[in-house]
Amino acid sequence: MADPPKFDKKSRYTEGRGIAGGFEGETVTRRRLMEGGAHLAGATAIIAIALPGLGFALGPIFEDTIPTRWQDVGPEDDFNNESYVARIINIVPEVGDPGKTTVYVRRLNRERDTRVEGQDPQPYVAISTRCAHVGCPVRYIQASQKFLCPCHGGVYGFEGQVEGGPPVRPLDRFYTRVTNGRVEIGDRFSLNSRFERFSTRDPSNHLDGLWQYLYPSRPTT
Amino acid sequence: MKLPTPPLPKALRPSPKRPGHDRGNGRDGNAVGAPPKPTAKDQAVEGAASAIGWLDERTGATPALRFLLYRKTPYTNWYYTLGSATLFAFLSQAVTGVFLAMYYEPDPTRAYESASRITNEVFLGEFVRGMHKWGSTVMIILIFLHMGRVFFFGAYKYPRELNWIIGVVLLVLVLMMGLTGYLLPFDQRSFWATVVAVNLNASGPVIGPYLADFLRAGAEFGPTTISRFYALHMLAIPGLIIALIGAHLYLVVKLGTTAPPWLKAEKKDLLTEEV
Repeated sequence: MADPPKFDKKSRYTEGRGIAGGFEGETVTRRRLMEGGAHLAGATAIIAIALPGLGFALGPIFEDTIPTRWQDVGPEDDFNNESYVARIINIVPEVGDPGKTTVYVRRLNRERDTRVEGQDPQPYVAISTRCAHVGCPVRYIQASQKFLCPCHGGVYGFEGQVEGGPPVRPLDRFYTRVTNGRVEIGDRFSLNSRFERFSTRDPSNHLDGLWQYLYPSRPTT
Repeated sequence: MKLPTPPLPKALRPSPKRPGHDRGNGRDGNAVGAPPKPTAKDQAVEGAASAIGWLDERTGATPALRFLLYRKTPYTNWYYTLGSATLFAFLSQAVTGVFLAMYYEPDPTRAYESASRITNEVFLGEFVRGMHKWGSTVMIILIFLHMGRVFFFGAYKYPRELNWIIGVVLLVLVLMMGLTGYLLPFDQRSFWATVVAVNLNASGPVIGPYLADFLRAGAEFGPTTISRFYALHMLAIPGLIIALIGAHLYLVVKLGTTAPPWLKAEKKDLLTEEV
């Protein structure tokens, strides 16, 4: 009487494990291979649909869609260094009226404006009306030389520095230049409380001390 | 209907019918001994029954409907209707939303005009827009009342915790509907409220600014922001809500309804002492 064939359950080979139809040198059963292949094909199909969809929805996070536009706001004679003049620029002309925003412009005041080491001062100070709290439009009051926000009571001083209320940093500004005697306004930038420049941050983002690392620069700005 | 037989002398009474009298007798094209012809009423009943039977046989609807509708319920009161009231509010929002979408244009230069056209020119447009607007508020109130009922009746406890969690996700999704829908009239109030809401999102550390960029589709309120809100408001979030309402209702049916906490379980006397 012949001994029954001995199988090793831990064998690498299907033949050695005693699987029906296993043949010499085969380590993965054909059924497992087909299963794996079907799962792989399904996963490929799902990824092929999901990735473009995700990219479509998330793409705008990774591109700067606002090109630099220098917008003329009038001749140099229109502005002085003691009071602000309101001008309207359109930062997103594609949307029409909602893209318009008021900018308060004055000439740089060497005596009153804070100097920052290693940073060229802009020839004109163009202050954004977007409140640094949650983005309501602020208004400049000449009598008190302060910017006031109607929503939650933010108060900013002559340079746009926070003097009261919930805002976390000074009002944003725009780059300025003078071309052929006319003042032009360019990109927006943000400031911390020492008037050091940062790339544009959203309102409510702190920029002082360790906070600035929690609100890093983004690809869109 | 069978009338009682009048008391007639036996000779005058109609004789009982012969067996097989209603079967075919060879005339009128009926074969001898053929089964009786069904009347029109019989045919109508039979036709309806067989149509339902056809569906039932192919869908297995009877056990599903029995599972869904024929359940044991404990004592309930009017507070138990708040969930279905919320569901009805959602359906109302869905239907009125479909009609509003027929006239609304999600474009920054057209949104306000198309919305005011719905109010001022479209027949019953003001009514449908009003239903959608006030219905959204009603729905949120109903959700909180429903949530309060579940909380105070202790209906979130074992084994219904998962349904509470699904309900909380649904609440968040409905609030997101409120947020995304608020921008669509595109008047001053909705524009600035959305600017503020997006900036509130931006206040979260690290991911907040990216979330704001996602909502605006860029660093500023841009040309695709409103269509993005529109797509979220009428496609993405409602799809999730419908799926989760399905799961919510399935668990209600599966686990049954809780009795109010003031009802004590009836104790059965398993052993009775005989004296």
